[in-house]
Amino acid sequence: MTAPHDANTDIKARVLDAIKRRAPLAIVGGGSKHFLGREAQGEPLILGEHRGVIDYHPEELVLTARAGTLLSELETLLAGHDQMFAFEPPHFGAAATLGGTIAANISGPRRAYAGFARDFVLGTHIVNGRGEILRFGGEVMKNVAGYDLSRLVTGAMGTLGVILDVSLKVLPRPRETITLMQPSSPRAAVEKLCRWAAAPLPISASYIEDEHLYVRLSGTPSALAEARATIGGDVLDDADKFWLEVREQRRPFFGGDAPLWRISLPPAAILDLPGEQVIEWGGALRWLKTDAPATTIRAAAAKHGGHAMLFRSPVRSPEPYHPLPAPLMQLHRRIKAAMDPYGIFNRGRMYAEF
Amino acid sequence: MILPAAKPTTDKRELIAALGRFLPDDAILHATEDLRPYECDGLSAFRQTPMVVVLPRTIEQVQKIMRVCHERGAPVVARGAGTGLSGGALPLGDGLLLSLARFMSILDIDPANRTMRVQPGVRNLAISEAAAPFGLYYAPDPSSQIACTIGGNVAENAGGVHCLKYGLTVHNILKLKLVTMDGELLTFGADGLDAPGFDLLALATGSEGMLGVVVEVTVKLVPKPETARVVLAAFDDVEHAGAAVGAIIAAGCVPAGLEMMDNPAIRAAEAFVHSGYPVDAAAILLCELDGTAEAVADDIERVESIMARCGASATRVSRDEAERARFWAGRKMAFPAMGRISPDYYCTDGTIPRKHLPRVLRRIEALGRKYELPVANVFHAGDGNLHPMILYDANRPGELERVEGLGGEILKLCVEVGGTITGEHGVGVEKINQMCDQFSSAELTQFHAIKAAFDPEGLLNPGKAVPLLKRCAEYGGLHVHGGELPFPELERF
Ligand SMILES: Cc1cc2nc3c(=O)[nH]c(=O)nc-3n(C[C@H](O)[C@H](O)[C@H](O)COP(=O)(O)OP(=O)(O)OC[C@H]3O[C@@H](n4cnc5c(N)ncnc54)[C@H](O)[C@@H]3O)c2cc1C
Repeated sequence: MTAPHDANTDIKARVLDAIKRRAPLAIVGGGSKHFLGREAQGEPLILGEHRGVIDYHPEELVLTARAGTLLSELETLLAGHDQMFAFEPPHFGAAATLGGTIAANISGPRRAYAGFARDFVLGTHIVNGRGEILRFGGEVMKNVAGYDLSRLVTGAMGTLGVILDVSLKVLPRPRETITLMQPSSPRAAVEKLCRWAAAPLPISASYIEDEHLYVRLSGTPSALAEARATIGGDVLDDADKFWLEVREQRRPFFGGDAPLWRISLPPAAILDLPGEQVIEWGGALRWLKTDAPATTIRAAAAKHGGHAMLFRSPVRSPEPYHPLPAPLMQLHRRIKAAMDPYGIFNRGRMYAEF
Repeated sequence: MILPAAKPTTDKRELIAALGRFLPDDAILHATEDLRPYECDGLSAFRQTPMVVVLPRTIEQVQKIMRVCHERGAPVVARGAGTGLSGGALPLGDGLLLSLARFMSILDIDPANRTMRVQPGVRNLAISEAAAPFGLYYAPDPSSQIACTIGGNVAENAGGVHCLKYGLTVHNILKLKLVTMDGELLTFGADGLDAPGFDLLALATGSEGMLGVVVEVTVKLVPKPETARVVLAAFDDVEHAGAAVGAIIAAGCVPAGLEMMDNPAIRAAEAFVHSGYPVDAAAILLCELDGTAEAVADDIERVESIMARCGASATRVSRDEAERARFWAGRKMAFPAMGRISPDYYCTDGTIPRKHLPRVLRRIEALGRKYELPVANVFHAGDGNLHPMILYDANRPGELERVEGLGGEILKLCVEVGGTITGEHGVGVEKINQMCDQFSSAELTQFHAIKAAFDPEGLLNPGKAVPLLKRCAEYGGLHVHGGELPFPELERF
């Protein structure tokens, strides 16, 4: 483990200085999610030095760590106590930090079955756009005192404040895991997944690629034995490596230069768009490689009550996130102004408007 | 406490006339006897008669009501079933009470996507009942679930005995439609698992009706577990029961529910519903395990041995559904059971890190002795969410003041050990002073700024949830942040 270091005072001073000069800051954790969203304007504010575990009591199922702590270090620590981040965050690079993971609200294969990063956020310290260190939420499981600003900053891509540290709920690792593989058309696979999801089966991940359905089961040995009979298929060897490749987008599908769209939908939705697709989260997450125009893709997602984000592209798009309706965008700008009145943090990182 | 009638700044007759232009007569109440049922919520110690009550049926009507009030500067308080325990739905004497009681339709059940779209006045239990034919249910199950509405659940981020495993309201909803104070209709969340932009769904959940009026909710449904069984364990010592809670969690079990009751609560509940609780035990734990029959059998064995190791004097396991329901009945009826043994009771709602359970229980007992008031404890032990119930008689002079003193000290204790003043009941008017204990002036100011982003004039549910700094100075809140004096910018009184 790298030595812990508390840089709260320095970070606060940097923010106060930036406010005085009205100089925007671009917040950087490990830089591993730099490709996501838009480019932020401003001087870099690097958080990698602000690292270390503040508190971890395995029997409380709560871990608190500074934003710059490496995700990989935290996962090693948790594994040593047979625990895990249940949202199975993708790293997208060895430099991935806790702060970046929370700011991007990024979650992996287990998401549809366990929840996403924000579901596990219990509390945060942030520096707001007035240069104040504020604490929201806490280290307890239930807390409704005040507005839930720790979940609001989760997924805000650093536009609302600097996340200093986060308290997360962690969970015990399942006692056993197996992965089953079976040939299936994507449409039939999604139908099966929706049917299974309505039954109490211990599914912890699913993936559809090249006319094949992969289902991961996690739980007690007896529960797995029963579920295996229902789901069928062959046991996949080296399954941990397989799910790591899915999580980190290292499957061959994710290679190449074609624009990669992330489409979030109700799981049973039938999406008719040209291009190559893989499907995660029981049908609720579609990865689409296509040259179809953004408007077509977004209209198709919106028709089902979902949304589409341009996740990776050879040239950074000016509008990677699904556009917001005008009244909602106005509300976003008012919330931004409430948290960051001088527009210091990650200007333009999500939308050009703030 | 009956609050003094505020001097109306709104012309009542003119307001009623404006509302009458688009609402039918039976949707506007203004005669004193019609207003009475709305003068308080579940925190009946606080009462206030609203100026007008409206009972709209459509979203368009809600939008128009909001615009009419916005134009006139008339404050609005939303109300679901009025079961809230913190005075969140307490009306204002110079304002309008917006009841969502007529928004009672289930709009759409989508079994393939496991969601249901409902109006805000639908009762919590009605959702699970409508989902049952599909083998699905809505997980958060507050004890008030036969009465409370989903709109009220969203506003309070309500929890229940099964939240340990299945999460709170915020974890179980996908999308909200909400009308802001200026009459704008907004959608937060999406039909998929996430939505673009800020997580306004999470921000609105638990916002106590301060940011907007929820007019539609899409909830997630989950499959009914194949089997669920409850272990009922008796302890001779409350601290041993507290330690067993930690040991179960530490062993890697995630029970569907893990609840604790102390002796006064056990006795009251047993006298009321005959669950078969051991009335001599100092405490009982109710630990529900769910999943496949075999997995549950495995888990039960583990839990029973942990409980025995932690000093349980006896354990029993529910043999069938009827017995499981009976074990839970006492816990779920704990509140009304208190109502039978004491003229009045006052329920607090702090949450603490689980490891402090034994210590905090001891302190609560000592505080009860200091204030000469009996305290019964019923709580969501697995989540560390305490519900100490202070028994008293409001007719005895001075007793309510003592209750408030004791309640306040209990919450302060929760904050001291790293917890919070409210786990699920909300701040409302009840815990507004204790907010000054938990938050600094900068944090409270940040909350006010967020509120202003939705409602710049502060017309929606004013005076609730977040105290003005002035109020904290008067109360003398002692939250000290890094050695700074609390509220230094304010004059002392
Ligand atoms: C016996 C008993 C047991 C209880 N057990 C639990 C429990 O186990 N867990 C738990 O969490 N709570 C519990 N509660 C508290 C209460 O039932 C919950 O807070 C519930 O969510 C309130 O719902 P309601 O419809 O009664 O809302 P109300 O009391 O009418 O309103 C509560 C708050 O929500 C706002 N509001 C209501 N509807 C809307 C809307 N549509 N849009 C915007 N704001 C709105 C109101 O302004 C108010 O601030 C219990 C209460 C009682 C009396």
